[in-house]
Amino acid sequence: MAETTVQEVKKEPFFGKKERQLLLDPINDNNPITVQVLGICSALAVTSMVFPALVMAVAVTLVTAFSNLTTSLVRNMIPKQVRMIVQLVIIAFLVTVVALLLKYLDYPVYKQLSVYIGLIITNCIVMGRLEAYAMANKPWRSFLDGLGNGLGYGAILLLVAFFREIFGKGSLLAGTPLEIKIIGPTADFLINTKESMLFGWYVNNNLMVLPTAAMFIIGIFIWIQRSRNRKLIDVS
Amino acid sequence: MDSPRYILTFVFSLTALVALMLTGLRQVTMEKAQLNEEIFNKRAILSAVETYLPDGKKVKDLSDDEVINIFKTKMQQYVVTPEGQPVEGVMAEDIDMAKERKLPVPERKLPVFVYTEGDKTCYILEIRGNGLWDEIWGNIALESDLNTIAGVAFDHKGETPGLGAEIKDNPAFPHQYIGKKLFDAQGNFVSVIAKKGGAEKGNEHQVDAITGATLTSDGVTDMFKNGIKLYLPYLEEMKSKNQQ
Repeated sequence: MAETTVQEVKKEPFFGKKERQLLLDPINDNNPITVQVLGICSALAVTSMVFPALVMAVAVTLVTAFSNLTTSLVRNMIPKQVRMIVQLVIIAFLVTVVALLLKYLDYPVYKQLSVYIGLIITNCIVMGRLEAYAMANKPWRSFLDGLGNGLGYGAILLLVAFFREIFGKGSLLAGTPLEIKIIGPTADFLINTKESMLFGWYVNNNLMVLPTAAMFIIGIFIWIQRSRNRKLIDVS
Repeated sequence: MDSPRYILTFVFSLTALVALMLTGLRQVTMEKAQLNEEIFNKRAILSAVETYLPDGKKVKDLSDDEVINIFKTKMQQYVVTPEGQPVEGVMAEDIDMAKERKLPVPERKLPVFVYTEGDKTCYILEIRGNGLWDEIWGNIALESDLNTIAGVAFDHKGETPGLGAEIKDNPAFPHQYIGKKLFDAQGNFVSVIAKKGGAEKGNEHQVDAITGATLTSDGVTDMFKNGIKLYLPYLEEMKSKNQQ
């Protein structure tokens, strides 16, 4: 028994094809938002600007990666009857850690995201990955699976926020020192609509600031992804 | 199937472990987190007097140390009752308006910040009310005549981004309040209202409401009126004091 496990460990490379797939698959082919359709609530809510979306993406990635790792480490000890509750405790623990760290590192962003940080606990991606993967797989692979899913989620979040901030607010990365003002009625914007003949008609689109816009944008992403990727059409 | 004994032991030790780790982390981060919160609140108060900050700076240009320094050297703090009487032994920055709002009016404590820059003096009052979804609040800075508004800064807990949240996110909204007056020529309290469909031109008691956010705008109007009303006895007293 002991011998066979040693052999198995030898056979599996530290970061082979399987690991690569675990990390990269959720970014496109098995994206948690556009394919698994999980985590939609926060994808609609926190994507009106790029910077908060980025913070949210990092927070969720940390939580999925480490909750997958922790759960996988103790997966054989968890009593089956209470496994969901144990998973919840692990997730809640990590989310609280993220909230405490945010308060410590960047209080204004904590204020801006406050409710949604707490809501990571209810983000279906986290628990979905625990149930679907971490409960049955080894720690390292579970960690990668969590990381991949977090990145896949974050990628969509950032893309949606990118379009919403440009068209809704005319800026990019507002709230950070890197803020770029792109289109608007004063001279500190790159395109000054007051004096520009070409863009004088442009007014910030208020629909883009509302969560509804995120729904349309995610819908368009799903459309594009499915029309390019035949694999997804055959699955569904 | 695991035995009930194992389940209980597992769950209890897991919970204990998690609780212990969280307590530890909180202890380590608490001091800095509280300082962050304090500076965040102080910046909110300063944004009401943004036009009078030293060297024409904006609040976001100030470093944390500068914020603390302004509060040390240029800001006096008072706490008053709704009858205008001073309350001793409390700092205005320690007053939690969310808690005060739940008390009956006579028991409330009202914070007043007096900001001095050169020969300018501003009185900053705190108000709080309800928006559409949740609480909204603001800091109102008055010129030394205790009538003209020098600046306002609003914030909110959960107004709709792009609509109600514009009271904070769109600098044009609070900017309208600058130069508006609380009292009419006879000295009666009129307040400043956010008027749907646009303020009348030249009216000193109206600003434009936010299009599409009528309920939040009405909330701001109510908060303004009710919030300042509590300060009226204090304002009267200060006026007569300043005239002497």
